[in-house]
Amino acid sequence: MFSDYGQIFVFMLVAIAFVLVAFISAIILSPRKPNISKDATYECGEDTVGDTWLRFNFRFYVVALIFIIFDVEIIFLFPWAVVFKELGMFAFLEMVVFLFILILGFVYAWAKGDLVWDKPSPIIPKLDRQIFKAD
Amino acid sequence: MDNFITSLLGENILTFVLVTVPVIAFVAVFALYAVLGERKISAWMQNRVGPNRVGKGGVLQTIIDGLKLIQKEFVSPIRADKYIFNLAPIIVFTAAFMGFAVIPFSSIFIGADLNLGLFYFFAITSLGVIGLMIAGWSSNNKYSLYGAVRSVSQIVSYEIPTALAAIPVVMLAGSLSMQTIIHEQAGGILNWYIFGGPGAISKLILFPFMLTSAVILFISTLAETNRTPFDIVEADSEIVAGVHIEYSGMKFAMFFFAEYAQMFAVAAIVSTLFLGGWQSPFGDLIPFLNNPWIQFGWAISKGLLLVFVQIWLRWTLPRLRVDQLMTVCWKFLIPITLIDLFIIGLYAVL
Amino acid sequence: MQNLELIFFIAFAIIAIYSAIMMVTRRNPISSALFLILNFFAVSGVYLLLKAQFIAIIQVLVYMGAIMVLFLFVIMLLNLHDENKLSESITYRKITAVLLSILLMGLLFVTFFFGFMGKKSEIHETAGTIGKAEFLGKELFLKYAFPVEIAGLLLLAAVVGAVVLAKKKFE
Repeated sequence: MFSDYGQIFVFMLVAIAFVLVAFISAIILSPRKPNISKDATYECGEDTVGDTWLRFNFRFYVVALIFIIFDVEIIFLFPWAVVFKELGMFAFLEMVVFLFILILGFVYAWAKGDLVWDKPSPIIPKLDRQIFKAD
Repeated sequence: MDNFITSLLGENILTFVLVTVPVIAFVAVFALYAVLGERKISAWMQNRVGPNRVGKGGVLQTIIDGLKLIQKEFVSPIRADKYIFNLAPIIVFTAAFMGFAVIPFSSIFIGADLNLGLFYFFAITSLGVIGLMIAGWSSNNKYSLYGAVRSVSQIVSYEIPTALAAIPVVMLAGSLSMQTIIHEQAGGILNWYIFGGPGAISKLILFPFMLTSAVILFISTLAETNRTPFDIVEADSEIVAGVHIEYSGMKFAMFFFAEYAQMFAVAAIVSTLFLGGWQSPFGDLIPFLNNPWIQFGWAISKGLLLVFVQIWLRWTLPRLRVDQLMTVCWKFLIPITLIDLFIIGLYAVL
Repeated sequence: MQNLELIFFIAFAIIAIYSAIMMVTRRNPISSALFLILNFFAVSGVYLLLKAQFIAIIQVLVYMGAIMVLFLFVIMLLNLHDENKLSESITYRKITAVLLSILLMGLLFVTFFFGFMGKKSEIHETAGTIGKAEFLGKELFLKYAFPVEIAGLLLLAAVVGAVVLAKKKFE
């Protein structure tokens, strides 16, 4: 078992080494001529205005919260799925109850409209008169 | 023994490193050629020629591109938080590559056949999102930050259907180890989990449900790799390139590598869970095709087939809007996977 | 092998302590959060050394992959980039913090020097099986079936709470 996780540790080291080798070779091979326009924040040629850190729509935050709760639920599901065949009906019903409880919460969030995102309401320009009249 | 290298040379520090070498070589070569493949396929779909200047038919194009990227200046914007800015590509690539540790390439080759392999895969690939997030934050650019926030809410949302769609297979296989899951599917195409796994012929009633799970797993892993139609994260026409915007040269190349590495990783996961991984579709009919060395071919070609589908989808479908993306995930994929789980569980119990 | 384990343990312990200290001393909240992630990583390494694979992976999946993402998210969403907002000086809070840390230190001291007196620090031989998903699944869904359902209720309360609080705070 230790060798398995040791192997994974080696995978991590190799990945980091790969990136570092790429970075170092790039640093050695590349020119170094910084100038103000090059190092400026890229906003399609315009100067940046104001602070970058703006407040975001709270829905992003609610989604992250609901995600954590579902993530915890998934942690219960994995060991259950492994022993599910051995334990049979009892474990199955148990998980049905467990999921039912969580689905209640899911339904609540759904009903409260936290899963609904603002849909765009585009203003489609209307023309009063036609410039090119169809004959 | 997990792999032929360890059984040949025994277990020591050297073999630990040697096991990772073919994997990282594969990732590097795959990433380079997947980029070329993507360009060629998109050209083919759009009636263009695609890259054809460097080498015969353009085969050396991405290698030249890579060499070009190495020579690009190592730029960090003045307003960026330098350390975190440079740390982000390392995290993203490491997380993507560590997922390869549990991908079985053959019955004689897997990085580490963990007892909790699948669970580990989901855990480690979920770390890439941290890299994307700090990349967006440290760039100190509005587009990057929008891209980061979008990518995080997208990736975390789609992690749930990914895991839920994988659970039916775990239920039927009774294991999280990738090699065990594949060994269970021995004996020909009808024993693959997409057809209900091994068992009596009545298992075939599971086919529609397993197919649904497989498709959902494919869709949601596609979303986790930020590929079109789920690429509002980089949406070139709205937020330029999302988190990648301030990255150039080798730093950008690492994000690129990570994306393509992850494309193959998730394709390999789908093929391991539902399409028998390295199992030959003919089972014992043609024993030669189950040779451990031929199995490499099966695993990789199944992966490449799914990668082709990913590329095909990218050049076919338009991008989803944020609200559509969330609706698809929370209101369609998650309820469907839960119903699937219930039906498959009911079948397995009865 | 035993030596290697010890080396790894010491390395993880040093990383954990270093990152914990860095986490509380950084002024930039994002750096703090990143050091906390490093800390969780080191702790999950320690879990692995204790042969608790499942918990180690949960540590990665939930703490590093989910909770820290939420933390970073909140830091970004609430615009905590401006560090001055965080460093308000409230005297009674500081005093309470110092008192509480002294208490905690005392508790740790007592546990370390009296709790482990005469006990061997060896991993039990069954630890390897206990850490596996099979064992956990059986224990959870046979012996502790009822607590699992209660945990479900707790999670339900968390969903409802999250939804309600989010409504209140942001609207």
